[in-house]
Amino acid sequence: MRTRRPAPDDGLLLRLRGVTCRYDHDPVLDHVDLDIGPDQFTGIVGPSGSGKTTLLKVLLGTMAVRDGEVRRAPDLRIGYVPQVETVDWNFPVTVSQCVLMARTRGRVVPWPSATERRDTAAVLERLGLGGFADRHIRQLSGGQQQRVFVARALMGDPQLLVMDEPTSGVDATTRHDVLHLLDDLNRAGTAIVLTTHDLNGIASHLPHLVCLNTTVIAAGTPQDVLTTDVLERTFGARMDVLEHAGMPIVIDRHTHLHHRVLPLRKSAS
Amino acid sequence: MQELLRPFEFEFFRNGLIVATVAGALCGLVGVYVVLKGMSYIGHGLSHAIFGGFAASALIGIDFVLGAGIWGVASALMINGVTRRRTIGADAAIGVITTASFALGLALFAVFGRRGNSFDAALFGSILGVDTADVVAIVVLTVIVAAAVFLGYRHLLFTTFDPEVAAASGVRTGLVDAAMMLVLATSILATMQVLGVTLIAASLVIPATVARMLTDSFSRMLVLATGIGATSGFVGMNLSYHLDVQSGPSIVLVGAGIFAVVFTVTGTRGRARAAGVAA
Repeated sequence: MRTRRPAPDDGLLLRLRGVTCRYDHDPVLDHVDLDIGPDQFTGIVGPSGSGKTTLLKVLLGTMAVRDGEVRRAPDLRIGYVPQVETVDWNFPVTVSQCVLMARTRGRVVPWPSATERRDTAAVLERLGLGGFADRHIRQLSGGQQQRVFVARALMGDPQLLVMDEPTSGVDATTRHDVLHLLDDLNRAGTAIVLTTHDLNGIASHLPHLVCLNTTVIAAGTPQDVLTTDVLERTFGARMDVLEHAGMPIVIDRHTHLHHRVLPLRKSAS
Repeated sequence: MQELLRPFEFEFFRNGLIVATVAGALCGLVGVYVVLKGMSYIGHGLSHAIFGGFAASALIGIDFVLGAGIWGVASALMINGVTRRRTIGADAAIGVITTASFALGLALFAVFGRRGNSFDAALFGSILGVDTADVVAIVVLTVIVAAAVFLGYRHLLFTTFDPEVAAASGVRTGLVDAAMMLVLATSILATMQVLGVTLIAASLVIPATVARMLTDSFSRMLVLATGIGATSGFVGMNLSYHLDVQSGPSIVLVGAGIFAVVFTVTGTRGRARAAGVAA
C-alpha cells in the first residue's frame, strides 16, 4: 500500500491514482484517479452509496486507503464543511465559538486571544455574518448556518475547501446564496471540492464535474459529462438531457412516469 | 437554627457533606459531556457495571476502589470501543455489557451472602462509611478533572460538538472520548458510596439538563452544571439527615426539584434548549 507520499512538483494540491477503499470486503472506491489543482472548483456527483463521502474522507486523510496512491502538496491546508443536516442545532454554542473551533490546536486556555478574536470578526464580516457573533447557531437562517461552517473552515486559511452536500435540505434561495459564496471564494484563490445530488441546481453550474459510482465514470465540464449515456452509467437510470442557455438540464424519466401514473389526488376536504 | 447545625457536630456527617457536595459538582461537570453526547444511558449503565466490580471485590476481599476501579475502567473502555465502531447497535451492546455486570454483582451477593450494609449502601448510597481518605480522594479527583477540562476545553468542545470535523482538523477525538470515559468511570466510582449505583445517573443528567435550559453557552453550561450539582449534594445531604432518608435519594430529589422549578420558570425557551439533550 502506498499512500500520502509528498506530491511531486506538478502544482497539484492532491493527486489520487488507483485509490481503492473497502468497508469490510465491499469496495466503496475502486481504482479512483483524481487531480485537484489550485483554484479548481469540482463537484462530485453520484447516487447514494457511490462513494462520494468516502472520497472526501480520502481527500481529508481520515480514511485508510486499501490500495493506490494519494499524493498531497507539502503542508496542504484543507478546510472541511460537513453536511449541515448532521449538525446538532441544539448544542450550546454561539456563532463565534463555533468558528473558533478551527483554532482548537493553537491555544490551551478556553478563552480566545486578541488575534483569534480579530480573525473571527474578520472572517464573519467577510461572509456577511458580522452582527451574528454572539447568536446561538439555531437562531440563524439556513444560508447563514451554512456560512458559519464555511467561516470555521476559512479560519484555517485553507488552500482547499472540501464540502459534503453543501446545499442538501436548503431552499432555492439559500442554494443560490451558497453557490455565489463558493464562487467568490474560488475566484479569491481557494480550490473547492463538493459533493452534491442536485444535478440541475448545483452540478450544472460548476466548472468541473466528476461522475462517481465506486469508480470514476467520467470527468469534465457539465456539458461533457451530463449526458444520457454517462448519467445512465453513473446512476443506473435513463435520464434525458436538454440544453437551456448553454447549460445542460437533466430530466429524470421516473419523475415523468410517477406523475402520469399517480395524478394529484383531490383534497378530502 | 441550632437544629439545622447539629449534624455538623458529627465527623461522619461533615465528611459525607463534603463528599456529597464535591461529588455533586464533579458529576455536574462530567454530566455536561454525557448529556451533550446523548450518552445518558451509558452513564446509567456504567454505574451498574461498576456494581459488579464492587460486589466481586467485596467478596474476594480486595480493595473496593481497586477492584471496582479496574472493572469500571474496563467496562468504560469496552463501551467506548463499541460506541465508536458502531458495528452493532450501541445501545444494545451497552445494555448487554452493563446489565450483565450488574446481574453478576447481584448473583455474587446472592450466592455468597451480604456483608454488613455494603449491599444497600452500594445500591442507594450511605455516608456512614465515608472517612477522611474518601474526602481527600474525591477532592483530589475533582481538582484533576476540573484542571483537565480547563486545559482540554477546546478539544472537548470540538470533539463533543463535531467529532468528524474535529478529527479531520487533527484533534485526537479518540483520545478525548477515551479520556472522558475514564473520567466518567472514575467519577462514578468515587461517588458511588454517597449516591448509590441506582441514582448516580440522575446526578450526571439532572444538573447538565437544568444548565442547558438556562444557557446557550458551552462554557457557562459547564459552570452552571457544576454549581447545580454541588448545591444538590449540599442541600440533599442536609435533608438526608433531618428527614432520615438515604443520601442518594435525597440528593437526587433536590436535583429533581431544581429541574422542576427551572423547567417551569424558563418556559418554552428552556424546554427548546434542552430538547436535544439527555437523549
